[in-house]
Amino acid sequence: MSACVNIRGGRVIDPATGRDDKGDVFIVDGKFSDVPAPGAQEIDAAGLVVCPGFIDIHVHLREPGQSAKETIETGTRAAAAGGFTSVVAMPNTQPVADHPGIIAWVQERAAAAGAVNVFPTGAITVGSKGEQLAPIGAMAAAGIVAVTDDGRCVQNHEVMRRAAEYCRMFDLPLFDHCQDTSVAGAEAAMHEGFWSTVLGLPGWPRMAEEIIVARDAMLAELTGARIHCQHLSAAGSVRIMREARARGVSLSGEVCPHHIALTDESLKDYSTDFKMNPPLREQTDIDALLGGLADGTIDILATDHAPHTVYEKEVEFAAAPFGIVGLETAVGLFCEILLHRTGAVDLPRMVAMLTVNPARLLGLDRGTLGAGRPGDVTILDPAREWVVDKELFATKGRNTPFHGWKLRGRALRTIVGGRTAWEISR
Amino acid sequence: MTSWNRKDLTDLAGLSAEEIVHVLDTAVEFKSVGQRKLKKVPSLRGKTLVNLFVEASTRTRTSFELAAVRLSADVVNITATSSSLSKGESLKDTAKNLEALSVDLIVLRHAAAGAPQFLADRLRAGVISAGDGSHEHPTQGLLDVFTIRERLGRLEGVKVGIVGDIRFSRVARSNIHALTKLGAEVTLIGPPTLVPREFEKLGARITHRLDDVLAGLDVINLLRIQHERQKAGYFPGTGEYAALFGLNAARAARLKPGALVMHPGPIHRGTELDGAVADGPHSVILDQVTNGLAVRMAVLYLCASVAQKEDA
Ligand SMILES: [Zn+2]
Ligand SMILES: [Zn+2]
Repeated sequence: MSACVNIRGGRVIDPATGRDDKGDVFIVDGKFSDVPAPGAQEIDAAGLVVCPGFIDIHVHLREPGQSAKETIETGTRAAAAGGFTSVVAMPNTQPVADHPGIIAWVQERAAAAGAVNVFPTGAITVGSKGEQLAPIGAMAAAGIVAVTDDGRCVQNHEVMRRAAEYCRMFDLPLFDHCQDTSVAGAEAAMHEGFWSTVLGLPGWPRMAEEIIVARDAMLAELTGARIHCQHLSAAGSVRIMREARARGVSLSGEVCPHHIALTDESLKDYSTDFKMNPPLREQTDIDALLGGLADGTIDILATDHAPHTVYEKEVEFAAAPFGIVGLETAVGLFCEILLHRTGAVDLPRMVAMLTVNPARLLGLDRGTLGAGRPGDVTILDPAREWVVDKELFATKGRNTPFHGWKLRGRALRTIVGGRTAWEISR
Repeated sequence: MTSWNRKDLTDLAGLSAEEIVHVLDTAVEFKSVGQRKLKKVPSLRGKTLVNLFVEASTRTRTSFELAAVRLSADVVNITATSSSLSKGESLKDTAKNLEALSVDLIVLRHAAAGAPQFLADRLRAGVISAGDGSHEHPTQGLLDVFTIRERLGRLEGVKVGIVGDIRFSRVARSNIHALTKLGAEVTLIGPPTLVPREFEKLGARITHRLDDVLAGLDVINLLRIQHERQKAGYFPGTGEYAALFGLNAARAARLKPGALVMHPGPIHRGTELDGAVADGPHSVILDQVTNGLAVRMAVLYLCASVAQKEDA
């Protein structure tokens, strides 16, 4: 039985085409169609929002090598449960995904066990050590959608310049985890400010991010490469990016939910569920990030889903790993903060930041409902109230600071290639 | 006692002025015990205290151990090297083991900020911080304010200068919290690399010129300067540090007549202060050591009595 569904009567939002009306969406044999298929499964979407499937361009699936934290199977089930039909897998696995063999392995695992589409990325440098360029061409041929040393940041500007020049040859975007380690070194545990002073924890100042965003702006201008700054956290990064984009430099950025939901004050009890990289900053940074989203300086939303085991996180603050899970709470937090609390963006803009904008950056044939495209759909209720319960997560990770939060906005059904990958239990 | 209902003492930031005063007043009672011929009271008879020192400190450990002994507690010292017990996994395991052994009080010294809180949140036993990383050293803060109050008779309006490595100092943080809550005026003195501006939000003043404020101080507390900071680029050298911020004889001569010179020890003579000043008429450095015992007895007694209530 082929994957055919007729989704009826929803508010259809497809920012790629400017569509925003009440109507139907048809998927025939796994692809969008202008006409319904006879005998297709009928889905009543009345009162709900129907959009292209959400794409998360920043996910840590932990395979190969760290399957105690997450597997491609559990990670993609979490993605589906969170309303995402596609995830972009970061290469900081064990071993690092820095050659085509590992890319092929990830693709095979994803095809066999993945609940949603998985698009691998490859490392910029061998072992993400920041020294020798990884075989980017061979990985491009294997199907990577971007290169990144995420988790680390190439410190040598010359190496980064050559990476940018080299990526241009394949039109691959270069993703950067912006962190100058001479300013925010190995000891850095949280945002440098009042709370790091009170808590006596080594600080990670904004400048460590901003200086690399500025470098990347210069490199994007110099080389013409497309550079994408991951998980922006600092006010100055937005300012630098705004100025660069105004001059037409191909620099983009993403914002994660925790960086607009929480400040560094959350760390006052040393809970490691708030330990993340880059760190939670201050209200002025949140305001700047929201401003950047509102004026289009930042046009992509992502999670930086980073699962860890409970025992890894249940340690003294300095010893705990960075990161939180994000796939299952992101859409709720984005709706709650961006739509309901601040109105920083409207619903079609928010959908664009989760669909067509990441698809364009990655060169994916997705993120829109156009006929012939893969039939990935997210059915959303932006007003649906729910309470985050980490014990119900599909991810193996329980490292979330949002347990118990009441949110408005939730994906109710996730459809990948015309097949329902997840739907909310009623 | 209604003024104290904590089984743990992990920091002074979370204590009210009333709670701090209650500890100080209790410590006054216990100080008199130390002046008797029989220096022992039965307050903690039958209780077990573990001195868990994951980071070495002979002075502080000895002070806590003597405090416990004078309260008639049974004391076990665990001096874990950082190699065997610096990884977080084993801190939780250690805690569970201590719980299984029905320990009543744990005194924890640890290099990681927040480690005492981590244990306190997971144990029924009382947890007392003996210093955690760059966070706090609450009993040192208490013994410092105890000494000032004892010598000057008040804390309200007292002008206290704290000199040196404020950024990394747990002693400074505990002092700032206690002193500002009790109405003292705190001025932090040192190079900007070691005295970040964020401390102003804790109610302290900041200056980078010791000579400008020296003559107005009632108390000058000189923190230990570590060579590691020089290597990490926080100041150019101990010679230059001493020239700018050291309390030498010439500077000591400009102190008010009754001003107190304090130091948490161990002293680097010639760097933070000259030997003659350390041994001079202004110095209350040995009073601090004596008072540390009384303050720690008070803290152990107060926390144990709450931990006791819980299992009753
Ligand atoms: Zn990153
Ligand atoms: Zn990441």
